[in-house]
Amino acid sequence: MHDVIQAVILGVLIGGVYALMASGLTLVFGIMKVINVAQGALVILAAYLSYALFTHLHIDPFLSILVVTPAMFLLGVLVQIVFVRTLRGPDASELSLLVTWALALGIEGVLSVIFKTTFRATNPSYANRSWDVLGYHVGEVRVFAFAASALLLLLLSLLLTRTRFGRSVRATVQNPTAAALLGVDERRVSTIGFGIGVSMAAAAGAVYGVLYPFNPGSHYDLISRLLSIVVLGGLGSLGGAVVAALLMGVTEAVVAVEISPTWAAFSFFVVLLAVLLVRPQGIFGLRERTL
Amino acid sequence: MSALLEVEALAKRFGGVTAVDACSFGVPDGSVTALVGPNGSGKTTAFNLITGYARPDSGGIRFAGEAVRRPDPVRLARSGLTRTFQQARVFADLTLVQNLVAALQQPWWAAFRRAVRPPERARALELLDEFGLAGLAQERAGNLSYGQKKLLEFATVLMGKPRLVLLDEPTAGVNPLLVEQIEERIRDLNSRGLTFLVVEHNMNLVMRLCDPVVVLDHGTKLAEGRPNEVRNDPRVLDAYLGG
Amino acid sequence: MSRATAAGLVRGGAFAGAAVAFPFVVHAAWIVNIGILTLMYATLATAWNLFSGYTGYISLGQIAFFGLGAYTLAISFEHFGIGSGYNPFWALPLVGGGVALASLPVAWIALRTRHMTFAIVTLTLLFVVQQLAFNLHSLTHGSSGMMLPTPTFGIANYDRPFYLAMLALLLVALALCWVVLRSKLGLMLLAIREDEEKARGLGVRVTGAKLVAWWLSIAVTAMVGGVWAYYLTFIYPESAVDPLVMIGAVLMTFLGGRGTLWGPTIGAFVLVPAQQYLLTRLGASELYLVGYSAVFMVVLLVLPRGILPSLRDAIARARERQRTGGKRIARSQAAA
Repeated sequence: MHDVIQAVILGVLIGGVYALMASGLTLVFGIMKVINVAQGALVILAAYLSYALFTHLHIDPFLSILVVTPAMFLLGVLVQIVFVRTLRGPDASELSLLVTWALALGIEGVLSVIFKTTFRATNPSYANRSWDVLGYHVGEVRVFAFAASALLLLLLSLLLTRTRFGRSVRATVQNPTAAALLGVDERRVSTIGFGIGVSMAAAAGAVYGVLYPFNPGSHYDLISRLLSIVVLGGLGSLGGAVVAALLMGVTEAVVAVEISPTWAAFSFFVVLLAVLLVRPQGIFGLRERTL
Repeated sequence: MSALLEVEALAKRFGGVTAVDACSFGVPDGSVTALVGPNGSGKTTAFNLITGYARPDSGGIRFAGEAVRRPDPVRLARSGLTRTFQQARVFADLTLVQNLVAALQQPWWAAFRRAVRPPERARALELLDEFGLAGLAQERAGNLSYGQKKLLEFATVLMGKPRLVLLDEPTAGVNPLLVEQIEERIRDLNSRGLTFLVVEHNMNLVMRLCDPVVVLDHGTKLAEGRPNEVRNDPRVLDAYLGG
Repeated sequence: MSRATAAGLVRGGAFAGAAVAFPFVVHAAWIVNIGILTLMYATLATAWNLFSGYTGYISLGQIAFFGLGAYTLAISFEHFGIGSGYNPFWALPLVGGGVALASLPVAWIALRTRHMTFAIVTLTLLFVVQQLAFNLHSLTHGSSGMMLPTPTFGIANYDRPFYLAMLALLLVALALCWVVLRSKLGLMLLAIREDEEKARGLGVRVTGAKLVAWWLSIAVTAMVGGVWAYYLTFIYPESAVDPLVMIGAVLMTFLGGRGTLWGPTIGAFVLVPAQQYLLTRLGASELYLVGYSAVFMVVLLVLPRGILPSLRDAIARARERQRTGGKRIARSQAAA
């Protein structure tokens, strides 16, 4: 029992970070019906940036969020304008899947050329410290990472609910035609929304590098998780992404402890299939067949 | 006349909005029944519930005397209940003949036979001729005008030899000549034994063509009866004019 | 038989004839090797097109079944002993059919979702199968990979049987596409691609049609995996379920033209030699990934409809211009 609760704690902590990464992914889908398969690669890119800042300039990875996030926001805007915006026609959504996959490959290639394929990890002094809470082992870094993720998710939700821009975003998600008729600039919303989505990944990436060793190829592992999360939560649903991410974190951690670590990822896929069997639209998704 | 379709206490909510509630009415066999009501009265939702495109929160339907437990478009179509859509939907990239032949309900073992066999093509051309579209048989359906698409859609649902056809606003957005043509088709097919349930806003058409008329308001049945009875019912007048 | 059908059969026959003669005429092993690779991608792309091109549901997980076919053959060698030499080739249909059958439950669940979700679920499937290959140690030896016995085909013409096997699979795939397209199943699939909800309302057995197309596509894909495994005699999880191969096959289909018969093959014949060239020049540094990515971007952004459809459109437009050019002059003369 002790082990299970320990696993749950671990699962929730890592789930929070996944939630941050996934939030960007699902937000972008909600706005422009585009799935950014490069989200994982962008997380890894941010991890490398943070790693470089730490190794060469000794900037703490959590502080580097302040630098990395705005930088990647601009990158996201650039990507949207150059690659995503040009996609048109009835297959635009599915084409976007392939274009962003190509982008992910490009990022992986560039990172491999610059950093080679050796695994790296950002190792600040407190990387291995942990607290003992009620007999449970709680890693310091994981708590910081979770706190940072929670804070950023809170800021995101405030942005969406309290600001004019946020209202434009929500209007576009619910009914793009009506939103456009009411004066919402769909292009601006799409571009900035995409930038926000990427910067969420960037912030998560900065701390990801402290939690796990990574190399350019790590993005596959990440994106497969993130895609499962957003589908399980319901494409376009922020709340769904958070719930699904926590669910994934906990499921994987508990399975790793109770059964075996190698089956952790597979078990989540089973959960995904089981949910899709009953609710093809995911937990919080809208009903599939609309006319 | 017995009821070919019985709608029993259908209810459907979307979030906080009740689209349809305690909605019950019957469609007599061999009739052209109208389903009318002011905007927002739940007509299209009722259609979607009946034809299996939406799942009701409660209530159900009986078709040809048998209760349909979980309405599903494919099974309903194969048992003789089919529909058209408000915005005329056709298979744009296929020819008119292909559109029609695709609607022939095939048994599974016919899957690898030729796509369009001569007797099927002949039947399709016959039907196209009845609708005045025979000249466009090999044309791509996406190239048709809106009115022609509506005619094509109407013709398509007939290929499966249905017993009941639900027409969703068959004359919306269509010129008066075409309205006449569509009315003529409905009368002709009805005289040959086909039952219709029609959602319509064109009251003149409804009064001429349909009997009985079912009036919905705020998701529930307000009145059901002969056109003249319904037309003079004060509650109906209230619903349409009052506020 | 119509003229179009006869013309098509002649084209197919010419292609088959030339392709069969190829390994007997060319003796350089490395060229035949590229030929095998080209045929492999052409078959994968054609099989992918059979499902994704005709139904409109983009599946990004087909390669998982390529890997399953490869591993099934390897496991059969190890645990059941299916002989050597040419015998394993005859076991292929069983491998293909079996893998396809096993995939049906997952496909059924995935096909109930909308197109975007389906694409993602199949992509996830890719990673999951790769994971399984790592995890099921007792069966697959995990990351150490599996060895297959080397067939005794003689050094001089070692590649030939594999080449011919791949060619046979490509011809099977093309034949399947051709038959399906002309059949009622094909009509159903096109209707589903155009407007699935309307097709449902007409009583088209939508789920069944999609599953049949899926089964055919997967069966061929798995068989290709089997031949490939036997050819290389060594497989491991990352090579058997390689996302790059998946995206390559998709790219070739897009380049040649989705939903056409010869499109995927044309795409393969263009891109595989180019890909091999890129690999030899840039493979040592990881730049080939960047090159790959760039080619992909260009194809998707500049020529999203692909070569064949764009060609057909251009020809149709030219014919149209010829037809109406005369009339336009006449009308303006009348006005003047």
